[in-house]
Amino acid sequence: MLNNIGTWLTDPAHWSGPNGIPQRILEHLIYSGISLVIAALIAIPLGVMVGHSGRAKWTVSVANSLRAVPSLGLLFAVALWLGPKIASSLAYVIPSVIVLVLLAVPPILSGTYAGIQGVDPAARDAAKGMGMRGGEVLRKVELPCSLPLLLSGIRSATLQVIATATIAASISLGGLGRYLIDGLSVSDYAEMASGAILVALLALGMDGILALIQRTAISPGLSGKFRNTGDHLEVVSTTARGDTASDSASPTDRADDQREALV
Amino acid sequence: MTWVADHLSDILWYAGQHTLLAGIPLIVGLLIALPLGWVARRYSNLYGVLIAGSGLLYTIPSLALFILMPLILGTRILDTLNVYVAMTLYTLALLVRTVADGLGAVPDSTRQAAIAMGFTGMRRLLRVDLPLAIPVIAAGLRVAAVSNVSIVSVASLVGFPQLGYYLTDGYQRTFPTEIAVGIVGCVLLALIFDSVIRAGAWAITPWQRVAR
Repeated sequence: MLNNIGTWLTDPAHWSGPNGIPQRILEHLIYSGISLVIAALIAIPLGVMVGHSGRAKWTVSVANSLRAVPSLGLLFAVALWLGPKIASSLAYVIPSVIVLVLLAVPPILSGTYAGIQGVDPAARDAAKGMGMRGGEVLRKVELPCSLPLLLSGIRSATLQVIATATIAASISLGGLGRYLIDGLSVSDYAEMASGAILVALLALGMDGILALIQRTAISPGLSGKFRNTGDHLEVVSTTARGDTASDSASPTDRADDQREALV
Repeated sequence: MTWVADHLSDILWYAGQHTLLAGIPLIVGLLIALPLGWVARRYSNLYGVLIAGSGLLYTIPSLALFILMPLILGTRILDTLNVYVAMTLYTLALLVRTVADGLGAVPDSTRQAAIAMGFTGMRRLLRVDLPLAIPVIAAGLRVAAVSNVSIVSVASLVGFPQLGYYLTDGYQRTFPTEIAVGIVGCVLLALIFDSVIRAGAWAITPWQRVAR
């Protein structure tokens, strides 16, 4: 069985053309990418608004309750409802993207909301005391401070979207899911398993890249990485607050907790 | 609505299958996560490895995991064991961390008091640490339950019978009622799982009620 998969994966015919592996990976990434960007454009401003003002919190709970809806059901329902209304080759793409956006919004929204809401009020006050205006406080203090939770929201949204884009092959969307669904329909286990391996690798790879971004994008003042070096007096003094917090868990740990709670 | 009434016994049978496919892995996963979580907490150098390792499992998309299971287990593609094991892995991915964090959240003063009262080793774990970690573990279990119910429905694409069958069948036959039955059924089942876990946790933690 393993041999068959090896043969399938190394067959040059599977590496070129419209049904080739590079093309399918590209499709998968494009659909996932478009959906994530749209979801982020909706969820981040909304999350910032709700977290900043403390109003309209119901949007977060509504978005969260959406998670109990099985993504497969959402996919089929939207495809059946919208599919016939769209008379072009996009008839499968648009419903899929809508569902992917719907699935990506809740984790990003609650990550952003929790991040903004959890900003230390003292940091906010200090920023105001330094003469920053509302917009500046948001851009220079609140957003950077909420970055750990925001990014873990994006990370779990990405996983969700990559997984669901795979399932969306059952409503004729392209991408790596094609191998799983097409292989299934002709009982070609080598094709299915190869597709499954590729999807798993894609998901693991994207998660790894995002973990790396998370590690580099978060201000050292938040992650407490500077404490060990101790040669930057200024930085050490700004982490004084971080020290007390790190008794229980560092902010990045807490961000990961959030991530678990989100999925 | 008449369709629902006509097919009620079928719907209930599929719901029963769904309950088994989502519920049994939840219980097995919890039973495995308890010792693993304890190990992660007890030996801090293993914490990172165990948490990261179990987290990676959750990264693998469900349809891919269902299809890869025969390769790992040596089963046939339509063996129900594939779904049980895959769902147990997903449950583990969420619960190992929850158990470790729940045990870690036991206040130090409580632990000291237990030691002073003569609780040692295993007895302290079972009589003091574990009960106090129940609220945290129950919260994690609820997340895992809702996620399991949703993921199991994907297995209908491979051909495992449960409520997800109504989703795929309804789509193939262009029959929205059937899809609605599948979605509502899954949401209701998730709600039932959630309430049962909440009620269970409430029943076995009487001190939580006194304290409030």
